[in-house]
Amino acid sequence: MIPGDTPLQERLKLKRDYYAGALMLVLGVGAAIIGSGYKIGTLARMGPGFMPVMLGVTLAFMGLLIAGTALASSEPDEGRFMPDNPQWFGWLCIIGGPVLFIILGQYGGMIPAVFACVFVCALGDKTGTVKTSAVLAAGVTVFGVLLFHYLLNIPFPLLRGFNL
Amino acid sequence: MISTAITDLYYGFGVALEPHNLMYCFLGVLVGNLVGVLPGMGPVATISILLPLTFGMQPVPAILMLSGVYYGAQYGGAICSILLNLPCHPPHAVTCLDGFPLTKQGKGGTALGITIIAAFVGASFGITEMIFLAPFLVKMALEFGPAEVCSLMLVGLLAGSTLAKGSPLKGIAMTVLGLLVGIVGSDIETGQPRFTFGITELFDGVEIIALALGMFGIAEFMNSINNTESVDMKYAKVGISDMFPSKADLKLAFWPMIRGTLLGSLCALIPGTGPTIASFVSYATEKKISKTPERFGHGAIEGVACPEASTHSSVQGDFIPTMSLGIPGDTVMALLLGALIIHGIVPGPQLISQHADIFWGLIASFWIGNILLVILNVPMIGLWVKLLSIPYRYLYPSAMFFVCIGVYAANNDMFQVGETLFIGVIGYILLRLDFHPAPILLGFVLGPRFEENFRRSLLISRGDLTTFIDRPISAFFLLICVVLIVAQVYVWLRKPKIIEEERAIEAQVPATPYSEVAE
Repeated sequence: MIPGDTPLQERLKLKRDYYAGALMLVLGVGAAIIGSGYKIGTLARMGPGFMPVMLGVTLAFMGLLIAGTALASSEPDEGRFMPDNPQWFGWLCIIGGPVLFIILGQYGGMIPAVFACVFVCALGDKTGTVKTSAVLAAGVTVFGVLLFHYLLNIPFPLLRGFNL
Repeated sequence: MISTAITDLYYGFGVALEPHNLMYCFLGVLVGNLVGVLPGMGPVATISILLPLTFGMQPVPAILMLSGVYYGAQYGGAICSILLNLPCHPPHAVTCLDGFPLTKQGKGGTALGITIIAAFVGASFGITEMIFLAPFLVKMALEFGPAEVCSLMLVGLLAGSTLAKGSPLKGIAMTVLGLLVGIVGSDIETGQPRFTFGITELFDGVEIIALALGMFGIAEFMNSINNTESVDMKYAKVGISDMFPSKADLKLAFWPMIRGTLLGSLCALIPGTGPTIASFVSYATEKKISKTPERFGHGAIEGVACPEASTHSSVQGDFIPTMSLGIPGDTVMALLLGALIIHGIVPGPQLISQHADIFWGLIASFWIGNILLVILNVPMIGLWVKLLSIPYRYLYPSAMFFVCIGVYAANNDMFQVGETLFIGVIGYILLRLDFHPAPILLGFVLGPRFEENFRRSLLISRGDLTTFIDRPISAFFLLICVVLIVAQVYVWLRKPKIIEEERAIEAQVPATPYSEVAE
């Protein structure tokens, strides 16, 4: 089954699928180990641990198969884990938005939470400036307050400490 | 049989035409059409955001609205493909091949007109198929015991993971991962907390909205940020008067439309093959049987009519296994099934008899919704075209706000927002490793019911695994599973010509900056 025309060294060169397989293997083994801590029971009377162990083992097996087929295939894999132009700042902004939403929502209220979330996310775009982001954030905040606070009445104080 | 169907349908129209339900149906298709036009937003994310807002509603208008988003988005998605050559919705990716050349020749309006006709024909057939087939499937499914349900779910899961895009092995891995995520929370029978890592918020399990919005929202935005090209609006000028196709065009499009419709409705019945596959298969078929295959790719009207008809007929047919058997065929259906469960409706064969208002109301609303969509799209085409030019840098921050507040509103709990963010980051890592997120949702929704039925069937058989083979219907489903696996191994080893041809067509479709906004 293994095509003979590519030398093994060539095929052993790190491919993305080795990482993919390894990740599934780790997740599967992890799930099986944690699952075996619950009561497994018998086939007729399954305990809560039966399914997790069964699925964990299956996932680990799939991980091995994914890595194995990558090894057996002679086709070069062009895909890389990291994109060609990593957007660290953009990613940070997208993650930062919800984090600020959580913190400001918990301690500040809906208005600062929404504004900060949209503002920070918008900064992540390479053409986004402080001004355009602020304008967008202000617009979305007004719209969001009208829709979610006044129209849909979700329980989320506009500004904690103030009775708006 | 026909007379009962007509009586039921009459009842359904009564439900769907209640002003309240009609309003939500309209709202659903309007929002759907809108997100269909906007590049980078998909029906999965939209339905997830709207889902918490339906918690206070009756189940009927809620389901009508959420379904409307799905088929409404299909109308909008075609506009994007034809006018901008931007396949932001996978089911319409293949429409780019002939739709955009037509636009360049100044016949974009004709292409859109044909699309709307094809959509309506396809959808009508899909709905009719549902009217007659669903009750028939239910009659069969009522005989099912836990063993049959279990094997049937296995077919659904396996088909969903191997027939979708990408490597089948990775698809299966994602399904299993989804099943594992579905296990998080307290065990139904013993109350034992599983995979909760001591976090109290996880005792009720992972929130379906958090999973869907993490995988199809946040991960998607991380993937496409600063990665989208500016849209070329040069050709995107269409007025109402351009949209009426000439007699010659209609004649050319007629038979491809019918063939596309039939193929699409067939694809809808095979679990795992949703509208995307239907559109590719029908395009390939049409090119093959055409007397002038060289016209394809250079603006053949058949190349627009056929895949569009099959997409829409498949979209409506997709509801059949979901509503009659409780087995969703793809991500959107998994989400709708989750919505039914949240509204306290047990999916499965008993749904039609116990919740006739939902089932027949939904079918009637499909027709009303499709007529509304035709009305929305013909006179308002100028507005939709304008919306195409909204840049992504305004879209995704606003969408992030909807994601955050949508997840918060589900339980009024900030923990869920963090959960969504965590899932989003994991989702992006999986995306970069070339895993497609769609099967995760499928596994997640079916997981708890799969475990319950698996346990019950082995309890009945006293731990005897042969119960799955001894019962003929169950054995038949397992046989399908084996066929699915053997077929995949065969494709991997032999690389048959049909698959290669389809890959070739797939390779012609312009690359999309958006990965998997809608399956």
